[in-house]
Amino acid sequence: MDFLTPTTWADALAAKAEQPDAVPVSGGTDVMVEINFDRRRPPALLDLTRVPDLREWTHDDDGRVRLGAGVTYARIITELGRTLPGLAMAARTVGSPQIRHRGTVGGNLGAASPAGDSHPALLAADAVVEVASVRGTRQVPVAEFYTGVKRNALAPDELIAAVLLAPATGPQQFCKIGTRNAMVISVSAFGLALHPGRRAVGTGIGSAAPTPRPADEAAAFLAGELDAAGLWESRGPLPEGLAAEFGHRVRAAAAPIDDVRGTAAYRLHTLSVMARRAATWAWDEHRGADARRAA
Amino acid sequence: MRIALTVNGARREVDDVWEGESLLYALRERMGLAGAKNACEQGECGSCTVYLDGLPVCSCLVAAGQAQDREVTTVEGLGGSSEDSGDEAELDPVQQAFVRCGAVQCGFCTPGLVVTTHDLIRRNPEPSDPEIREALAGNLCRCTGYEKILDAVRSAAAEVRS
Ligand SMILES: Cc1cc2nc3c(=O)[nH]c(=O)nc-3n(C[C@H](O)[C@H](O)[C@H](O)COP(=O)(O)OP(=O)(O)OC[C@H]3O[C@@H](n4cnc5c(N)ncnc54)[C@H](O)[C@@H]3O)c2cc1C
Ligand code: FES
Ligand code: FES
Repeated sequence: MDFLTPTTWADALAAKAEQPDAVPVSGGTDVMVEINFDRRRPPALLDLTRVPDLREWTHDDDGRVRLGAGVTYARIITELGRTLPGLAMAARTVGSPQIRHRGTVGGNLGAASPAGDSHPALLAADAVVEVASVRGTRQVPVAEFYTGVKRNALAPDELIAAVLLAPATGPQQFCKIGTRNAMVISVSAFGLALHPGRRAVGTGIGSAAPTPRPADEAAAFLAGELDAAGLWESRGPLPEGLAAEFGHRVRAAAAPIDDVRGTAAYRLHTLSVMARRAATWAWDEHRGADARRAA
Repeated sequence: MRIALTVNGARREVDDVWEGESLLYALRERMGLAGAKNACEQGECGSCTVYLDGLPVCSCLVAAGQAQDREVTTVEGLGGSSEDSGDEAELDPVQQAFVRCGAVQCGFCTPGLVVTTHDLIRRNPEPSDPEIREALAGNLCRCTGYEKILDAVRSAAAEVRS
């Protein structure tokens, strides 16, 4: 086995081009488990922890946060809790403190597990994945990045450079069902973002389909109902039954299976409950922000 | 391959490290530091917790090569003496509290819990019970039922504050 240790982004891309079967390793919280258990014996490991660009977050020219693929969950929580509240909420639920000190959003995207907790938050925020190779850079909307169970849109010579996310302009929520309060792979998960500026709603479903996926019809329904009733401006209370109907429509967007962590029926049930609650909490926060401004 | 790193304040060079090897394996089998324990090798139990550049991590999930030129502190490096002198006075206050409170039964989880607790108290010398539970969520103990461990964390925090 080779152990490749590029110290610049250009060297990392060159190494991946030269050895496309080299497995990138960032926090190692997925890769090292596979190696420790003999599930994977790659011809080479490509250590990305020495590439400074990956470990930084900045603002791009469009005002978006450019979150380097190697920024850890712990840093997202402490440094980006206000700017990217949905992603930070999701990050707080990942594993344990030790896992959050190492695990990264780039690694979550690389693994592309339908249960990865960053995905619902990235989907709800309309994140864009910046991928690169020696051939160039391209931007992939996150919903198109997941191509199958644990499969993603990366070509063999490509690496994930960063995730691009607009700072939150409204409330965001992340809900996760698990058997305890820490160290659990989600049974089901849901991310929600309100985008009051463009009167839109963003959604993301986790662990309830072959890939993480948005609930676009449900999101358009909720945004449309809020619009029709003039509620984006008035910030009045949610009409009776609207959040529950939104929950039903989110459930309809899922395609879960039975597995060791839960049944399909339970996943569908929890999704409709989480979506209803997330919508209620987010709307209350939206209204509260107005009340605070008026005060 | 050869790796060079700082462990408990001293520069170490180790040869014949396998490229897929974990930092935990290198510490235990190549550097003779058996404090960090190997229980699950999948990040679930925290018994392999060490500081890597000042952050507590599961050393079973760090590739040894990723620790090149980094600073590692293991449970052996806490307290006044890095050598095991057996002198309790030289133990770190967290280690003393675990002894004092009877927070150790088989002891397998203890080194990881000591490092994690050390980190918590360093950041937050007056942790609430929920904060303690949150901080220790990545460390499993199969013997004690955790009550004595929580006592030890509170006791160590009080000791450090006084
Ligand atoms: C005990 C434990 C608990 C966990 N709990 C959770 C949880 O609650 N929620 C959750 O979502 N996940 C959880 N995980 C899984 C894991 O921590 C996450 O998926 C994490 O985001 C992986 O990040 P990493 O940097 O450690 O990835 P790595 O293990 O380094 O890499 C993961 C995958 O991504 C690829 N990769 C990494 N970086 C790049 C890049 N820049 N470009 C291209 N490919 C790349 C790797 O080749 C690999 O295929 C847990 C893992 C453990 C061990
Ligand atoms: S041995 Fe590393 S977490 Fe269990
Ligand atoms: S004392 Fe035995 S595992 Fe904790």
